[in-house]
Amino acid sequence: MAALEIARTVDAKGLSCPMPIVKTAQAIKDVPSGALLEVLSTDAGSTRDFAAWAKSTGNELVEQTVDGGVYRFVLRKK
Amino acid sequence: MSDTISFVLFSGTDDKLQAAAVMTAGAAALGKRVNVFLQYWALDAFRKDRIDLDHGLCPEAGEAGRAAVDALRAAGQASWKDTLAQAKDLGDVDIQACSLSMDLLRLEESDLDPLVDGVEGVTAFYISAEEGEIVFI
Repeated sequence: MAALEIARTVDAKGLSCPMPIVKTAQAIKDVPSGALLEVLSTDAGSTRDFAAWAKSTGNELVEQTVDGGVYRFVLRKK
Repeated sequence: MSDTISFVLFSGTDDKLQAAAVMTAGAAALGKRVNVFLQYWALDAFRKDRIDLDHGLCPEAGEAGRAAVDALRAAGQASWKDTLAQAKDLGDVDIQACSLSMDLLRLEESDLDPLVDGVEGVTAFYISAEEGEIVFI
């Protein structure tokens, strides 16, 4: 599979809840519809938070991985 | 689920204000309209000459709680003031001072931090809350 083309990355590592989601909600305003936003977080609540936020806002959670305590999410803007 | 949620802030200690700011920012990130109504000691904490001071913690925090809160802050946690400012930048967050509490504390609107959008009575607050939930902190 070809690597996804990321329009913008939000580095929320080290930020505590709810800042990863707040930064993401702010950043997604600036990417065009259909574009991909990547988020990096170290907040343990992120997995559930990003799934819930994506479902509620209609943005699609395309990919989620965890590597060495860093959660990575890729969201496609509605 | 209503798209409006309203928080009544009564307590003026930093831990409760932090929790309230987190709840507010989370709701704003979901696109909810958020009303924040400041009463009593919470309103006192929003005085512009006091907002940056240490407002202490609830009695149940104890020494261990104090240490835990300090550790989170040292690790870079945004203050409740900054969290509310970011919530306001992000979404539709309206922060109003309770007019009765303004009288109680002998405050003028010019005494309040600019985070506060205005002064209103409880009736106006209920109208703004519409059919959404109201949470008292």
